[in-house]
Amino acid sequence: MESKPKLAIYWSSGCGGCEIAFANLHERLLSLVQRADLVFCPCLVDAKRQDVEAMADGELALTLLDGAIRTEENEEWAHLLRRKSRTLVAMGACAHGGGIPALANLHGRDALLERVFRDGTENPLSVVPEREVRVPEGVLALPGLHVRVRPVAEVVDVDYAIPGCPPESDHLWNVLALFVSGAPLPPRGAVLGATASSACAECGRKRSNKRVQGFRRTWELEPDPEQCLLEQGIVCMGPATRGGCGARCPSVQMPCIGCYGPPEGVYDQSAKMVSTLGAILDIAPIRGLRDEAEIADRVDASLDAIPDIAGVAGKFYPARSAGRRS
Amino acid sequence: MPRVTIDPMTRLEGHGRIEIFLDAAGEVENVYFQVPELRGFEQFVVGRPAEDMPVITNRICGVCPEAHHLAATKALDDLFMVEPPPAARKIRELFYSVFFVTDHATHFYVLGGPDFIVGPDAPAAQRNILGVIEKVGLGIGGQVIACRKRNHEILKRLGGRTIHPAAGLPGGWSRALRADEQPELEAAARENIAFAELSLQLFDQLVLANDAYRDLILSDVYLHRTYSMGTVDGEDRLNFYDGAIRVVDPEGREAARYRCREYQEHIAERVEPWTYLKFPYLRRVGWKGFVDGEESGVYASTPLTRLNVSRRLATPKAEEHLERFRATFGGGPVHHRLATHWARLIELLYAAERMLELARDPEILSPEVRRIPSGEINPAGGVGSVEAPRGTLTHHYEADPRGRITRANLLVGTTNNHAVIAMSLKRAAERLIHGGKPIAEGLLNRIEMAFRLYDPCLSCATHALPGEMPLEVVLRDPAGRVTETFRRD
Repeated sequence: MESKPKLAIYWSSGCGGCEIAFANLHERLLSLVQRADLVFCPCLVDAKRQDVEAMADGELALTLLDGAIRTEENEEWAHLLRRKSRTLVAMGACAHGGGIPALANLHGRDALLERVFRDGTENPLSVVPEREVRVPEGVLALPGLHVRVRPVAEVVDVDYAIPGCPPESDHLWNVLALFVSGAPLPPRGAVLGATASSACAECGRKRSNKRVQGFRRTWELEPDPEQCLLEQGIVCMGPATRGGCGARCPSVQMPCIGCYGPPEGVYDQSAKMVSTLGAILDIAPIRGLRDEAEIADRVDASLDAIPDIAGVAGKFYPARSAGRRS
Repeated sequence: MPRVTIDPMTRLEGHGRIEIFLDAAGEVENVYFQVPELRGFEQFVVGRPAEDMPVITNRICGVCPEAHHLAATKALDDLFMVEPPPAARKIRELFYSVFFVTDHATHFYVLGGPDFIVGPDAPAAQRNILGVIEKVGLGIGGQVIACRKRNHEILKRLGGRTIHPAAGLPGGWSRALRADEQPELEAAARENIAFAELSLQLFDQLVLANDAYRDLILSDVYLHRTYSMGTVDGEDRLNFYDGAIRVVDPEGREAARYRCREYQEHIAERVEPWTYLKFPYLRRVGWKGFVDGEESGVYASTPLTRLNVSRRLATPKAEEHLERFRATFGGGPVHHRLATHWARLIELLYAAERMLELARDPEILSPEVRRIPSGEINPAGGVGSVEAPRGTLTHHYEADPRGRITRANLLVGTTNNHAVIAMSLKRAAERLIHGGKPIAEGLLNRIEMAFRLYDPCLSCATHALPGEMPLEVVLRDPAGRVTETFRRD
């Protein structure tokens, strides 16, 4: 009798949200384990590193790898799991685009030792964590941090990606069901579990192609519950974000923050958003002005209300942003 | 020196490794609990708009984002100097109670509980939620799944998403409750109470009535007498959402009571070179090493210690269970760490009862859930704290006049417990590993049980980033004397 295909889920530098999205399959989990064996997933089951190392290459039918590549250990595991897996899927925003941990790339790795290990901490001998430490009993190792946070695909070949922070459980189910069904898979490289268009297509708010005079911070107003948030001057990432979540955040009166990454055909999500902001700005007061400097000032003043465009527009896929530091 | 490595730690949140060094006789020489991950939230939030903190800090942890979301939102209330209207406060606490029910249920049935329900020496492949369902049957298994599902649906409706909510704002909550939502909230709360009582009954039958487990709980393998921390309301009753932070010594005498804003007067942090996670300790008592006792600044913040700092619980059924819990251990603070699993279920019941109280409170239906701040930023910064399921959670922000973060300090649930987890792992290893006795896989699992009771969230704990580091290497001979020191700056 054929044994069930083996499934692994592993976390790089992430938050465990993708694992909870998996647990939130709820009763569908019971149906999944009839068809597949979850053999490795440190959150949920007790298999250890040596168990993975003992597997044959390609023994794992499917590995879902979430989290970004921040440390040497993250990279080691990505290579190990790539060897042992027939199909490797980058699950979630961190694995696909760097995610929130990749916001660290806006600062660079060199900045923070003082802040974390000396500033505000009693540390008279200036002890800091090291990659190798000799203790009386032997040598202990800690993985070093790479200079940049990277998506998984920059380190190993990735077969598919499931975006979202985290991916919605319903979509995750559809992807898993497809894999265990034995049906033909989409072409390698496809983004699964999401739509090809933007989140706006899933949002129930009314759009009227208004232009805005300026932008507002979320705490400054109680938005109209029916009207498009962007048209109310609130920076909503919808137009620059791939659909798949059902536009959940606008449904509770908060703007989309872009966690599903850029829509199909768009590589740099924050550039797309900046372009959207430019398009929605009301230029009537500027039309007819000749002085370039004055035009620049007026546009600047409108955008000034957004105190941090890089962070707001590039929260989840900063690793792809043209504005990233190396 | 021979060593045994447990890598990775499993059935927890986050990355961890345990290194056990053995002497020539095969006894435990020392144990090191290493946390090899870190991301750097305290750095990369600098420059971000303060109002983004609830959704950025969510991503510290996908298991307890609700805790970070609320600590962040409360810190923003303080930073923007705005008080949320009563209905918003109640919605936040209701939301939080729902989260506590599902999170504590997840820990008991999925993470820590399998060791008891299936057994610590059961084959590794069975020590998980699937093994639990096989053991207790689909009837109870179905109820666990149903509990998680109904509560996550409520979290989605109230907060926007099941994981990583969006609704927290300085001065309120982004949506009000409608009257037509009330019956479902009340019904869900009642189902949660029934589920909590069922879980406590299961604990009774499968754990307390099992002599081997009972002995394990009462033994000194998992016993540490340390300070206890938790949050209490004006009547010294546990509250997860708000209150004063209270610390008692190993005998139960009050050692500190403060509002979260004063946390730095009470907590200091220590660095060790073999782990990325720092070790908080009580500043006034001082750091004396990884040791128990009144003279040692080591403290814990867990469901167990929260019961230790509470005179009583604010809801009747949970209070009854607390009385029985205390009678079992004979009065005074409880230090038998495996009892944390029991304490967690009592907290689950309290959260369910609190959810019912709030769901039935007419004020929670008021449409007034927002106060608009002026935009002026508190020059003294903003501090907010809650009890995360895994410990007292504090967010502290400073921002420039435009409301961009200039500095952030996060003291996170599990971090409070880093020292006591290290001590618990060492004690368990010392008691269980002896020369001549083969180290079976189940024995290593019993050592892991020493951390699992704390329900660690190591992603939470390691939010901080060191960057490029000056290197100091100290070489010692086998007697521990320093032979050479190298520095690279």
